Amino acid sequence: MAGPRNISVSEASRPVLPRHAKLKYDETRKVWVILAPERVLAPDEIAVEVLQLCNGERNVGDVADQLAAKYAAPREAILADVIVMLQDLADKGFLTEAREKTS
Amino acid sequence: MSDVLGNPGIPTNASDSLAVLEKSRSTAETFGIPLAVLLEITHRCPLQCPYCSNPVELDRSGKELTTEEWKKVLSELAEIGVLQVHFSGGEPTARKDLVELVKHASDVGLYTNLITSAVLLTRERLSALADAGLCHVQISFQGVEEGLADRVAGYKNGHRKKLEVAKWTRELDLPLTVNAVMHRQNLHQLPDIIQMSIDLDADRLEVANVQYYGWALKNRAALMPTVAQLDECTRIVEEARERLKGTLAIDYVVPDYYALRPKKCMGGWGRQFFNISPAGKVLPCHAAESITGLDFESVRSNHSIAWIWQNSDAFNRYRGTGWMKEPCKSCEFREIDFGGCRCQAFALTGDAANTDPACALSPLHETIFKQAEREAEGETSRFLYRNFAGGTLESGNDA
Repeated sequence: MAGPRNISVSEASRPVLPRHAKLKYDETRKVWVILAPERVLAPDEIAVEVLQLCNGERNVGDVADQLAAKYAAPREAILADVIVMLQDLADKGFLTEAREKTS
Repeated sequence: MSDVLGNPGIPTNASDSLAVLEKSRSTAETFGIPLAVLLEITHRCPLQCPYCSNPVELDRSGKELTTEEWKKVLSELAEIGVLQVHFSGGEPTARKDLVELVKHASDVGLYTNLITSAVLLTRERLSALADAGLCHVQISFQGVEEGLADRVAGYKNGHRKKLEVAKWTRELDLPLTVNAVMHRQNLHQLPDIIQMSIDLDADRLEVANVQYYGWALKNRAALMPTVAQLDECTRIVEEARERLKGTLAIDYVVPDYYALRPKKCMGGWGRQFFNISPAGKVLPCHAAESITGLDFESVRSNHSIAWIWQNSDAFNRYRGTGWMKEPCKSCEFREIDFGGCRCQAFALTGDAANTDPACALSPLHETIFKQAEREAEGETSRFLYRNFAGGTLESGNDA
């Protein structure tokens, strides 16, 4: 079955774009897009970078660690921003969580 | 390339990290390549819905584009910047090459959506479509129970089959939209249709009131809702949207007969949308062929799709605001709604350049509104079913 709905994004979540939301670079318009049923979203640069890191393996805390190191910025502020952005995407129905491994 | 294709309308609001990518919106004359294109790959369909959006003159199977022609179209669309394609019909699964076409669309990077009645699908075929990269499935429903739903569709056991396919869709992890076409004879089932969508684990529900062109215009007396029904429908949708936030997204389309302002049909003629007919005609909307006196270019011509979109007479005839007559010409809303729907203006007034009578400023608005109201209160409930023979009247008594 499909991944869960109504997810609540936290530091421990391991979010990933669901099958029906595709992140893609639009060569014609020179802009990143998220393709979804009947919608095209235009994520900003930071959102794109976060989503590229969200592979269902890393948790949100790992993503914040990487961005904090890359931009030499305070981790707590980045973590808060990342959670807000991902929760917004989740509320729109375009984010799911990786299924628990059965091992 | 980007100069030629105009402003794609990229949002400038930096505070929203996930803005919706708007289609061209600024001035009347800009028109970028559409983000999404509707492909009506066949007009063949086992259902006979009396409000079908296909033209009354259907394309026969012999005129349909071949597999190779459709593949070439898909490659060309991806190349010019189209991002999504909707495989529609008729019934798109009536084409034996659908899996191959979806695979090709995925290979060239297009987001694919299947708009289907579902009754011809097997689990194996749906699974093959998923493997081919299909991104989303939209299934039409005619009601919540077999009696009414199968009668509207003119197809026995269709409703049961749709429920089964919807279940497979979710089992295969494909997102599902339930498309419910609403009219006087099924609006009372709306609360149950909402519950059915939840039970089917759908992601989206489209509550689409019938739009009265083509077949639906022929069946208007049997379909037109009353004002009271429509008010109740709006109330139910609003309540459900609030209650189901995050669980089920609900899109809502009202019939424009009861509005004061016409709808911005197709986002304005030739501005955000085109579709390709089974025979390969590139059309500003799926009903455009109902307007006589317009010649539509085909993908089989020597012209590229981008050329047809930008330069063909049919697209330029009603593009922007230059073609307008009064009361549109000096109207402050002319770039908001572009005078409504050209096909409806043609069907109801005989001239596509007239103001859509759905607009309260049209001199015909009052007459047409009153007529619709009378029809809604009337006794006619028999359908004229859609088919290649020009329609067949439902048997039995008017009840």
